[in-house]
Amino acid sequence: MPTWRTGLTRPGLRFWAVLAIFLLAAVAAGSVEAQASDTLISSGITDQDLTSPPVTEESVGAPKLGPRDYPNIGVSSRSVVWVVAQLHLFFAAFVLAVPLFVVVIEWIGQTTHDRRYDDMAHEFMKISLTAYSITALLGGTLSFVLFLLYPGFMAFLMRVFGSQVLVYAGLFFAESTLLYIYYYSWRRLSSGNGKWLHLTLGLLLNAVGTSLLFIANSWATFTMAPSGVTEAGVVTGGIWEIMRGPLWNPLNLHRFIANIAFGGAMVGAYAAFKFLSSTTKADKAHYDWMGYTANFIAVLALLPLPFAGYWLMAEIYAYSQQMGITAMGGILAWLFIVQAVLIGTILLAANYYLWSGMSRSEGSKRYDWIIKYIAGVLVLGFLVWVTPHTLILSSDEIATLGGSHHHILGPLGIMPAKNIAVNLMLICTFLSFQLYRRSDKVATVSWEKSGNALMTAIYLVAIINVIFAGVYYGYFTNTVYKVGASVIQVVSTLFVIISGVILDSFMYRNAKILPSRWGQVSERSQYALFALPVAFTWLMALMGYVRSSVRGHWHVYGVLKDASPDNFIPTIGYAGNMMTIVTVLFLLMVLFIFWLASLGETRKPYVEQS
Amino acid sequence: MRVLGKVAGFSLLLTLVFTGVANLLPQVQGEPPEETTIDVSSLTMADFTRLGEKLFTGKGTCALCHNNMGRAPDLLALNVVDTSASRISAEGYEGDAVDAASYIRESMTEPSAYVVPGFGKKGTDDQISPMPPVNQAPIQLSQMEMDAIIAFLESKDGHDVTVALPTARLEPAPEPANDSAAEPAVSGETATAADLLMNYGCTACHSILDSEVDIGPDLRTVGARLTTEQIRQSIIDPMSVIADGYEPMMPDYFVDELTIKELEAIVKFLESQNG
Ligand code: HEC
Ligand code: HEC
Ligand code: HEM
Repeated sequence: MPTWRTGLTRPGLRFWAVLAIFLLAAVAAGSVEAQASDTLISSGITDQDLTSPPVTEESVGAPKLGPRDYPNIGVSSRSVVWVVAQLHLFFAAFVLAVPLFVVVIEWIGQTTHDRRYDDMAHEFMKISLTAYSITALLGGTLSFVLFLLYPGFMAFLMRVFGSQVLVYAGLFFAESTLLYIYYYSWRRLSSGNGKWLHLTLGLLLNAVGTSLLFIANSWATFTMAPSGVTEAGVVTGGIWEIMRGPLWNPLNLHRFIANIAFGGAMVGAYAAFKFLSSTTKADKAHYDWMGYTANFIAVLALLPLPFAGYWLMAEIYAYSQQMGITAMGGILAWLFIVQAVLIGTILLAANYYLWSGMSRSEGSKRYDWIIKYIAGVLVLGFLVWVTPHTLILSSDEIATLGGSHHHILGPLGIMPAKNIAVNLMLICTFLSFQLYRRSDKVATVSWEKSGNALMTAIYLVAIINVIFAGVYYGYFTNTVYKVGASVIQVVSTLFVIISGVILDSFMYRNAKILPSRWGQVSERSQYALFALPVAFTWLMALMGYVRSSVRGHWHVYGVLKDASPDNFIPTIGYAGNMMTIVTVLFLLMVLFIFWLASLGETRKPYVEQS
Repeated sequence: MRVLGKVAGFSLLLTLVFTGVANLLPQVQGEPPEETTIDVSSLTMADFTRLGEKLFTGKGTCALCHNNMGRAPDLLALNVVDTSASRISAEGYEGDAVDAASYIRESMTEPSAYVVPGFGKKGTDDQISPMPPVNQAPIQLSQMEMDAIIAFLESKDGHDVTVALPTARLEPAPEPANDSAAEPAVSGETATAADLLMNYGCTACHSILDSEVDIGPDLRTVGARLTTEQIRQSIIDPMSVIADGYEPMMPDYFVDELTIKELEAIVKFLESQNG
């Protein structure tokens, strides 16, 4: 098996070594768990002579934990788990996302017979391979610290999920093996039927990866909206019932899309990094193009994300109004201001990059005039979005809760106004995107004029719809929260995006392609490619935190109480500092990976084609 | 290297901006609910209503929804006692409440018994209330805490409080079972189990120890009928199996109240009751 022999080179060994470490960590975690459930039971039965048979775990509900059930290691256990879990999630999101678009890019390369795509796909995989080892390592560490620091909670989760965890482990090994074969067989399986076999391997890899994601999601959603157990924690349902809680699918969708956007942004940063450090024209051209493709992926995945976000939020409300209000109107509400700042940063950076990129082609001159308007709408939308809903001034006020609408800012701060802002910002981003795609093409179809008129009309109608629906539902119907009322707005925005993509694909068939000067984009524009992943990383840390802390003082909402010293919701400042710590740690590790990937590099420069 | 520095610097700066925003916003910490411990012996009605007010904004999280933002009736602004009267007499009211106190209690424990028009869960045509039963998880108010809230809601608009102070309901401690001393055969462990069965009120429904009741099955023979496993299951999750010929009346809260140790003591005791 020559494939395997080539695999046993150094990087291959490194890969398996890390897997071995992961296994060790898992075994260690397992033994800690065994001990943990012992201590748990014995602490429940202390001063009794242990003549009565030990409690069989299956029969009893969730344990009642006391402060003594949590080992004290001197620093806040929550912070330790916070850092490790978040780092693991960052890397996991990255390594699960990259193969998704790599397969698509490989397939494009195969159908267009353009080697550049294939090379780029391979290079993306290379970065993600090192990241994979780190993911496994962090995953092992995470299970270890969880079992060590939260023995009671983990014992309960293990009891609920039982053998599903073995399925997860099995999938993990399948993922590792497939990833390994997929990457190291790239060159061998590069032509003829071999390529199709390779693409099939890629598909399999993604099927396994997505299953892994969904399983891990079920743990998170179970802790928020437990299903398949009674209120006392007695398991009544099968594993399928336990997994399929009300929040599972919304979270699956949101994370799946968000991961792609995140992965795209990360490889964009890689391209920008290489672009800035390249010295030859050919390299610059290659990495400029790579950065462009990565940004394309990130923006495309970004556009539907808020809708998936709203669905998730709406399901949280439907599951428990109390939980929904805690997230959006209670103590955590301020975090959504930070979210707005982050998403604003992302949208502005993405748009800025698109505008800068337009200068690659002469054809963009036609569109220069419109950019200032797009920028205007974006900034305005951003301002409306960050306007707080409620102005809670002191902790006394929050104690008497909710606060009231601010009399001036109130009307701007409520959801419908924000919905208008968000949808307009998305429409604008799509406009930038569309203009960018058009900037190096001249349509040759006879109906170009009417096509453009139609597109303009679609934009106008959508914008009017978004504003009208927002104003009507926001100010002329009575309830404050109208998550469902945004349907018209969402449909309008999606309609613009879909019809824009379809129309352009017909209108620019056989279009005249104007020359593009890859590699001559401004250095400044590359910083937008860094702003994107930085903001994304921080955003993930933030939203994951919100998701996790709406449970308040519960490990498993309504079932298993958190009695640890950290069972309070920390201040935003504290949470923000934690997010910065994890983000910076992550970025440092990523820079390290970029550096590793550039070692011993022998990229064959491709010849620019225009 | 120069590029690395610049890139790292830029990224760091940006994260610091985000950190800055987070630190500029108001800093509030969300504490878990305190366990209410009150000294019943010296409790006055004023203390009790004050406790109710604290529970309303604190552990009960009522103010999260019941405020002036239109999510739920603004109980602080409404005259709750008068409102209750009009609810009970409203067309379509099918609950069991007869006065303000019982209406408030019913609203707390069975929110869907009557749903104030316009406030129902979306898509349920005001049939299902979005309010969680507050005596269950995740809020879990005790009987006494709900009484305190009722006292607060009644008193805030100047009405008389109609719920009793918890002191009034403290029954005299049951006499220690003297005759247990006369039965030397009973081991220390079964004596504990007997106490538990009485304290948790099992004797109110079951024939066991000295009691003769047939609301629930006779427990003096339960060891012959059920396995250890089944006995345990019957206590922690009574709904899982309903004994033939009996109503599913057994409360399901014992699992919350019994410690593991107590549960095992009871199970062990019942196991030995085989006729
Ligand atoms: C998740 C939000 C929420 C929480 C928390 C909540 N409620 Fe409610 N409550 C509602 C809604 C919505 C209604 C109106 C629908 C209905 O009649 O059930 C309501 C109705 C009521 C009513 C009847 C009001 C009327 O006008 O007839 C009372 C009394 C009440 N709640 C008391 C409480 C108390 C006391 C608490 C705290 C222990 C509490 N609620 C917690 C949402 C909530
Ligand atoms: C409100 C009345 C009530 C109380 C209080 C009560 N039970 Fe029960 N119990 C019942 C009823 C009714 C049944 C039969 C229906 C069922 O199986 O759920 C039952 C069934 C049982 C069974 C199964 C018996 C069989 O033969 O299937 C056991 C064991 C039991 N109870 C133990 C207890 C213990 C221990 C306590 C005290 C901690 C207790 N019960 C308190 C009403 C009660
Ligand atoms: C505006 C409406 C949105 C809402 C209400 C919302 C809500 C949420 C929630 C509750 C989570 C927690 C999921 C978790 O990590 O466990 C989450 C995760 C996330 N959200 Fe959103 N979101 C919205 C829009 C967006 C947008 C526009 C983006 C990106 C630009 C985004 C990016 C993310 C990311 C990256 C995660 C983490 C995904 C992961 O865990 O892998 N969200 N969101």
